[in-house]
Amino acid sequence: MSEQTLTCIGCPMGCRLRVTLEDGQVTAVDGAACGRGAVYARQECVCPTRHISTLARVRGRREPLSVKTAQPIPKAMIFACVEEIHRTCVTPPVKIGDVIVENVCGTGVDVVATMEIEAAE
Amino acid sequence: MTEIDVLIIGGGPAGLAAAIAAHEAGCRKVLLLEREPALGGILRQCIHAGFGMHVFKEDLTGPEYAHRFVQQFHALGLSAQCNTMVLSVTPDREVTTVSPTFGLQRFRAKAVVLAMGCRERTRGALRVPGWRPAGIYPAGLAQRFMNLDGWMPGRRVVILGSGDIGLIMARRMTLEGAQVLACVELMPFSSGLTRNVVQCLDDYDIPLLLSHTVIDIHGRERLEAVTIAQVDDQRRPLPGTEQRLACDTLLLSVGLIPENELSRAAGVGISAITCGPLVDESLQTSVPGIFACGNVLHVHDLVDHVTVESEEAGRQAARYAQEGQQARGSDIRVRDGAGVRGLVPQTVCAARVTDGVPLMFRPSAVFKDAAAVVRIDGEEVLRKRSRIMTPGEMVRLVVPKDTLERHAGTAELTVEVES
Repeated sequence: MSEQTLTCIGCPMGCRLRVTLEDGQVTAVDGAACGRGAVYARQECVCPTRHISTLARVRGRREPLSVKTAQPIPKAMIFACVEEIHRTCVTPPVKIGDVIVENVCGTGVDVVATMEIEAAE
Repeated sequence: MTEIDVLIIGGGPAGLAAAIAAHEAGCRKVLLLEREPALGGILRQCIHAGFGMHVFKEDLTGPEYAHRFVQQFHALGLSAQCNTMVLSVTPDREVTTVSPTFGLQRFRAKAVVLAMGCRERTRGALRVPGWRPAGIYPAGLAQRFMNLDGWMPGRRVVILGSGDIGLIMARRMTLEGAQVLACVELMPFSSGLTRNVVQCLDDYDIPLLLSHTVIDIHGRERLEAVTIAQVDDQRRPLPGTEQRLACDTLLLSVGLIPENELSRAAGVGISAITCGPLVDESLQTSVPGIFACGNVLHVHDLVDHVTVESEEAGRQAARYAQEGQQARGSDIRVRDGAGVRGLVPQTVCAARVTDGVPLMFRPSAVFKDAAAVVRIDGEEVLRKRSRIMTPGEMVRLVVPKDTLERHAGTAELTVEVES
């Protein structure tokens, strides 16, 4: 059995949650002022994930391309994914939603463009 | 001189929504002026997600949110002139601009919408002592350098102030390879959203030092270090708590100020509290035919609220362009009660409302188990309970039309936080 504390992000209350875990499973959540706390704690303690936004390089110009993960990725993979995205160099034109990195770091999640760049003249 | 129906100053989310709404209200000579080379405003550099949950029920990044409005703007055949700086607006709505393509231009507009947004408070406003080296940036400027221009502002970073832009930049700098040593906040609470404290600081083990501030800045050419100290409940540095942090970059996230130079010169009355124009329920300023919306009116937390507010300003400006000034009944004065700061609008004319009137304000402190209470001439007309209210989250209450009509001819509406 182990304990973990975290701050609920459900609202500005920011309840301090005390989470009890057994064999990687949440067995109790204390300190939540409403039901959202327990839902958040279960997700966050068992499989924390995050959406990530970063930049990719663009061939032929200094200004970067903004990108995001199309779905959340495991929190532990953030830096590995960002590194893989930084190694990418994109050739314009780019449309919003274009896949820039497929299956980033084997997470099964694609990285997509969040801005448009016209073809170089 | 070019004649325009509705002229909009600023091509960010406020200006785009106002232009689209003015067009949809039937105005065909709508022109939007933008200082930057592209439309979208500050959203272009906000590459993180969190935009559009109310308007689109989707979690979008800033550029994506802006793109939807830019696309709609062009699809409607609306016209914008970018790279154009507005030099002046007169009380009779003559607008003078300058741009590299068209040189000096003059427009006369039947209605003007002010949508210039806001600016960041700078080091000068804080009076932080010490040297004046390179490496000290408002957080939003550093965000622009990084996300739009492709420059890395620095490698070892301290952030002063825990506003949302500072928190977001803590994460952005970390992901792009910098080391963020601390986020230093003068107040005993963060002014940013809890979600941002958790996902931008806690996720990356960046300490949030509450009741701390920067008391000295070191370095002649480039920033070399800052001295931070704990403060007492009067916000005075406590001797003996000083720490020197070696860093090459200091980001300031210490508040935003509506950008109202043009409004002032046009004779528009400005609120000392919001630093934005004084407006009535139609978002019209003290100068007839000049309307204001978005962050130039008051600083918002959510772009979704900017969009909704600006659509109303666009509709009202279109109506003014089509019908001229409406006869007004007596105004109800809107006044901040205890625990309330910066109510917008500042006056409501009950005889003219066509719909419920949204009242927006910030709580003056953190209140738990509190209620926002609206009273008209002392009679309670609306009460909204909330588990928590904080200065970091604007409160929006809609007073129904029939309530206002029932109280036509009254003098004063107040909003108070009771806890």
